[in-house]
Amino acid sequence: MIAHIAAQEFRRLFLSPLAWTVLAVVQFIIAYFFLSAVDNYLLWQPRLAAIEGAPGVTDLVVAQVYGSSSLLLLFAVPLMTMRVISEERRAQTLAVLFSAPLSMTEIVLGKYLGVLGFFLVQVALIGVMPLSLLLGGGLDFGMYAAGLLGITLLVASFIAVGVFMSALTAQPTIAAVSTFGILLLLWIVDWAGQARADEMSGTLAHFSMLRHYEVLLKGVVNSADVIYYLLFIVTFLILSVRRLDADRLQH
Amino acid sequence: MSDTALIKLTNVYRYYGDTCALHDVSLEVDKGEVLGLLGPNGAGKSTTLQIISGNLAPSAGQVWVNGIDLLDKPKAAKAGLGYLPDQPPLYRELTVDEFLTYCARLNRIPVAQRRVALDTAKQRCGLTEVGRRLIGNLSKGYQQRVGIAQAIIHSPPVVVLDEPTVGLDPLQMREIRALIRELRREHGVILSTHILPEVQAVCDRVQIINRGKLVLNDTIEGLGRRMQHGSSLLIAVRQPPSEAQLAAVPGVEQVESLGEGRFRLHHLLDRSPAEAVVERAVSEAWGLYELVPERLSLEQIFVDIATSDSASSAEAA
Repeated sequence: MIAHIAAQEFRRLFLSPLAWTVLAVVQFIIAYFFLSAVDNYLLWQPRLAAIEGAPGVTDLVVAQVYGSSSLLLLFAVPLMTMRVISEERRAQTLAVLFSAPLSMTEIVLGKYLGVLGFFLVQVALIGVMPLSLLLGGGLDFGMYAAGLLGITLLVASFIAVGVFMSALTAQPTIAAVSTFGILLLLWIVDWAGQARADEMSGTLAHFSMLRHYEVLLKGVVNSADVIYYLLFIVTFLILSVRRLDADRLQH
Repeated sequence: MSDTALIKLTNVYRYYGDTCALHDVSLEVDKGEVLGLLGPNGAGKSTTLQIISGNLAPSAGQVWVNGIDLLDKPKAAKAGLGYLPDQPPLYRELTVDEFLTYCARLNRIPVAQRRVALDTAKQRCGLTEVGRRLIGNLSKGYQQRVGIAQAIIHSPPVVVLDEPTVGLDPLQMREIRALIRELRREHGVILSTHILPEVQAVCDRVQIINRGKLVLNDTIEGLGRRMQHGSSLLIAVRQPPSEAQLAAVPGVEQVESLGEGRFRLHHLLDRSPAEAVVERAVSEAWGLYELVPERLSLEQIFVDIATSDSASSAEAA
């Protein structure tokens, strides 16, 4: 049943030109990142070759591209998640789901997975790009995979926030703006007190999505980082379910 | 109270903040019955239907759909329910077929029967020709039909329709009403409306709701009997007599001049002065050419009940 809603959501996303535009624009910009990263690498390569244990092509190109993609996705995700529930609330189509034999959890999960499916396409497109480097050399596949895992988890967390924000309102634009606000805040939350190495800054760093992502980009798959993202996703999905439930109880 | 009722509400209350939208509403709908929920704007019709359809939780009271407690087992109860909200819930970017297939899936119709269910629903709602068109491009009437089709695609025992004929042209209205009458054979239907002739056309039973309270529960025949108990005659004459002359006719309690030789004569119930008026008209050569016993319309009953209810509640307060 969840699969039906997810499939429907996925298909409806592709019925709007927005999805295609987002895919195309994001892909184009990332291609540009990729190109400039490769260019830089070629420039430094002779000098790097002289240094023992110098960062390789995976560090300098793949991690670089993943890193900048994450920021781009920070912009793209709110655009795709904003309508997922709020638009239905505004058009009053939620009644179809509410009067069908479905639980709120199924509805939220279906919607979530539908959007996730779209971004997995996006991530796959991003992931394919570095593979072109195989034409002229080798890649550190462990690191490549860790980065891919990182970006997938990151996007999955972004979407969870987006779905929740969309569940809060009937205005897609409000959902988009607030999703973007929260994501950006969580991205830079460790900036405060970065200079001081006290307990507070450590806690803030732990909440930062960027910190956990950077670890994965270095090729280190730490269960703590993975769990951070999973907890993040589950929390926001539960909040969304509760919010939808509250629709019936509205006062 | 029967246990076989398809829809049963007992002592349902609903508050929005301090506003009491529904006050102690109880109702039942049996199989093979169309219940009309009638009331002015803001009376609580839509709230009642939203509660039955599980889109809104009641503040107090119990709801059974198809014999299953809606609040305890929402999934099981909703399986036997089809709901058309006051605004049809349609995805405008889908075609009719796509949308109805999605609804069929959501309502857990097995794959093998989906095709048949889709065709039946389309055929019943007259959508066979427009299956491949985008819902957003359909006319309002067709969109309304798609809304009804999504409510009946899984042949639910209970069909809840919120103002199903609003915005339709008279021809489409007739078709939709015919469809509702047809639905009655296999389903229990509850519909809300503020169009009175519609109730007379399709419903078996009427509940009038006003300010969140049920104020009348009667069958259509019962209402019809009430309607015949009119208490006035309408006459038109060529040589109008004076009002005093008319008032002198035995049985006439009060005379109301409507101008151009038309009068309304009020009389007591069951004591129509029609014969006396005719005799007098002939003997005094008024030139009577029209005499109509006025039947109370549903509208009048409705207005009477609505106003008397608010008067009595004002007294109580």
